[in-house]
Amino acid sequence: MTRFSRIFSQAWLVALLCLSAVSAHAAIDRALLEPLGGDDPDARVEAVGLIAALANDDARKVLDALNRETLYVTPAGDVLVVGDSDAWNPATDETIAIPDDAEDISVNNRLRGVLQGALSGMRLFSDDRTERVAAARSMLRNADPAQLPLVDKAIAKEDDPQVMALLHQVRAIANLASENAEERKQALIALRETTDASLMATFKQMAEKAADGSYAEPDAGVRAEAAKTMAALQSHLRVTDFAGKVFYGLSLGSVLLLAALGLAITFGLMGIINMAHGEMLMIGAYTTYVCQLIFRNYFPDAIDAYLVVALPAAFIVTAAVGIVIERLVIRWLYGRPLETLLCTWGISLMLMQTVRSIFGAQNVEVSNPSWMSGGFTVLGSLSLSWNRIVIIIFSLLVVLAVWLILNKTRLGLFVRAVTQNRRMADCVGVSTGRVDMMTFGLGCGIAGLGGVALSQLGNVGPDLGQAYIVDSFMVVVLGGVGQLAGTVIAAFGLGEVNKFLEPVAGAVLAKIAILVVIIIFIQKRPQGLFALKGRSVE
Amino acid sequence: MSTIVTKDSLFSRPALIGIILCGLVLAALPIMNLLFPYGHTLHISSYTVGLVGKFMCYAMAALALDLVWGYTGILSLGHGVFFALGGYMHGMYLMRAIGKDGVYQSHLPDFMVFLNWSEYPWYWWMTDHFWFAMLLVVLVPGTLAFVFGYFAFRSRIKGVYFSIITQAMTFAFMLLFFRNDTGFGGNNGFTDFKRILGYSITAPETKAVLYLVTLAALLGALFLCRAIVTSKLGRVLQGVRDSESRLMFIGYNPLWFKLFVWTLSAVLCGIAGALYVPQVGIINPSEMSPANSIEMVIWTAVGGRGSLIGPIIGAFSVNGLKSWFTAAFPDLWLYALGLIFILVTLFMPQGILGVVQKLKKRAKEGDAA
Repeated sequence: MTRFSRIFSQAWLVALLCLSAVSAHAAIDRALLEPLGGDDPDARVEAVGLIAALANDDARKVLDALNRETLYVTPAGDVLVVGDSDAWNPATDETIAIPDDAEDISVNNRLRGVLQGALSGMRLFSDDRTERVAAARSMLRNADPAQLPLVDKAIAKEDDPQVMALLHQVRAIANLASENAEERKQALIALRETTDASLMATFKQMAEKAADGSYAEPDAGVRAEAAKTMAALQSHLRVTDFAGKVFYGLSLGSVLLLAALGLAITFGLMGIINMAHGEMLMIGAYTTYVCQLIFRNYFPDAIDAYLVVALPAAFIVTAAVGIVIERLVIRWLYGRPLETLLCTWGISLMLMQTVRSIFGAQNVEVSNPSWMSGGFTVLGSLSLSWNRIVIIIFSLLVVLAVWLILNKTRLGLFVRAVTQNRRMADCVGVSTGRVDMMTFGLGCGIAGLGGVALSQLGNVGPDLGQAYIVDSFMVVVLGGVGQLAGTVIAAFGLGEVNKFLEPVAGAVLAKIAILVVIIIFIQKRPQGLFALKGRSVE
Repeated sequence: MSTIVTKDSLFSRPALIGIILCGLVLAALPIMNLLFPYGHTLHISSYTVGLVGKFMCYAMAALALDLVWGYTGILSLGHGVFFALGGYMHGMYLMRAIGKDGVYQSHLPDFMVFLNWSEYPWYWWMTDHFWFAMLLVVLVPGTLAFVFGYFAFRSRIKGVYFSIITQAMTFAFMLLFFRNDTGFGGNNGFTDFKRILGYSITAPETKAVLYLVTLAALLGALFLCRAIVTSKLGRVLQGVRDSESRLMFIGYNPLWFKLFVWTLSAVLCGIAGALYVPQVGIINPSEMSPANSIEMVIWTAVGGRGSLIGPIIGAFSVNGLKSWFTAAFPDLWLYALGLIFILVTLFMPQGILGVVQKLKKRAKEGDAA
């Protein structure tokens, strides 16, 4: 096809398009379809764009079929959408038997890209608002001047402000490549409020000198606008980046807090080095898994509620395991912390192996209930996931509960009495053995709750606890032994520091740096952030 | 525990004879492996020789741990890092000794070629000299221990706190060595060694020599530790263990005593690691995992801490059990190990030696009565 004839055919097709739009009959003109089966790649791309602009169901069917490679062409040039048993001819709107000599139309990468753009463009005309939003979003990602007619058509009939705003953005982005300097300038002004980080490279290219010292953008006025828009985007990105780090730091902090809170009781208050603490987290997570299994098998309708059952279940199971360990082993070792450490390590090995033999060495799958999955977007581009938010709130609630138990209940009173002066408490009639048992059970039960939360964020496997044991001890030691507030601040502080260091140093180095800092910190303040003062200090 | 340790109480004459006899038997193993052909009744398999060689390295690490835990009361949960560092330092020499026989036939180790590095990082300087690598085996774990110990002991961190931060230290080192960019082979560590000082590392003769060197080092370490423990210095160390504050009131500054024994222990552990690597043929960061360090502690505890010979017995018995278990009942090993931890701490606080001594005492009392 010569250039002239192509321009001619294009004009002709546009005319046809207008006609078809006016007459609005269902079938697609054969002249539009024919190039799809042809050999000319340019003509095929063009045909896809034109068919997309029809924006009706038939056009969608044809493009869908092309995308799924179920669009066939006969030697006569008829284009057919082939189904399981029969074929549909979009030009005549007839359903016929599949001809034997039809060949499928192959799609190369370039055509595939155009096709994706066209398919999402067509969804702009859907009746469903969310569908239109999604379509506009996906067009933002690969805005192209070729889509302008389609976008303009969509803007003309759009009445929803959000979709409208998105479409205007698509238009502006597409116009950045316009040949008209004024259009480019207007596009840059329109994009002043954009939150899309991927546009940064484009703005930079327009505003700054290229490597060879020449400007890619010939017009100085446009360059100035580009620089302004770039600065606006940069400052916005700094804000979202910061907010993101704060959020992920809080999230990590809440995980550390849940992992360490139980330890703050068993280690901080009772002085028991429980190396099996990580395994309590693991058992909590596996209890969640079992609850999920039970719900999936017996109450599939209420599957979203499994977490509500998992929380008390995990608490009871881990507290029971903790009480058994305390009665059988630990109570013989009070006052011998190093021995307790070795002994509980042995227990942790046995617990891990038990879980491995029951559930297998592989990770098990625990899925978020539907109300915890997904998330929402703030500041334009920062997405916060529900499960992290729920866990941050949950961790604070658990802290509150622990505080209430320790400060407002009879058990809490006994715990504090035994911690401060065991013999005196014994003398006034506190059953110290029973209090020890209950306290250890409480610490383990809280670890079980932490396990439920961990199961919602990451993998659940027999080694789950091992990953947290060093971190948990660091949090408790850093926070100051026996100090609930210290533990909370240490956990969130470590979470934030970690997330702010990570982009600078990389995840592993950040972690190492934090361990080193804690080790140095303990040298300076061996009693932690919140040191006990007075007689209780050794 | 507060009885004074003298040369007599540590290895009475019969015990000393026993140790020498055991040493001779151990020394005979590789020679029997070489002298008698396969199938001969007196032939000892290379597998057994390798296994015992490995156990001797473990025993040396356990001995080093006993010096700080059993005699000075400092429980380290991070001795694995010294063991592994010693191994890595020797491994650097062994990697360079591969020469161009690696998969990529480059003068660089395979993992560096894989990372597209064109030259050795600065800390590989001079590691192609055996003697320099041996110097590093002593210096690197020693320096780390000295610096770490100086800060820890100066601010009087002790007991459980010290244990926890040593665990954090080995954990941090493990993470560091897992990184490819650290320049120690990342996940895979060092392996595929070809030769040591020009001799093939897989030849039975080389293995026998390495074995004998290890045995000599173990016995040397044992008698060095005995000399320290029975000296005046050793008594101060036991003073630190039994009542540090009282020792300070008397006028001693425990810092330098603790620092000395801690650094020496790290060096011994590093040497054990350096002897371990050529015999096993691999060193990777999992040696630094906190679990490994705690296992070392249990060797010492099983044998009986504060007795020097106990940790060696413990290392042999626990690892012997492990080899047997992991072959016969692989799934049950962790249960067994867990039970060892629990039962030893609950019922045998002085380990195997403690039980033996108790039995002896009872027999004596029986005689008297």
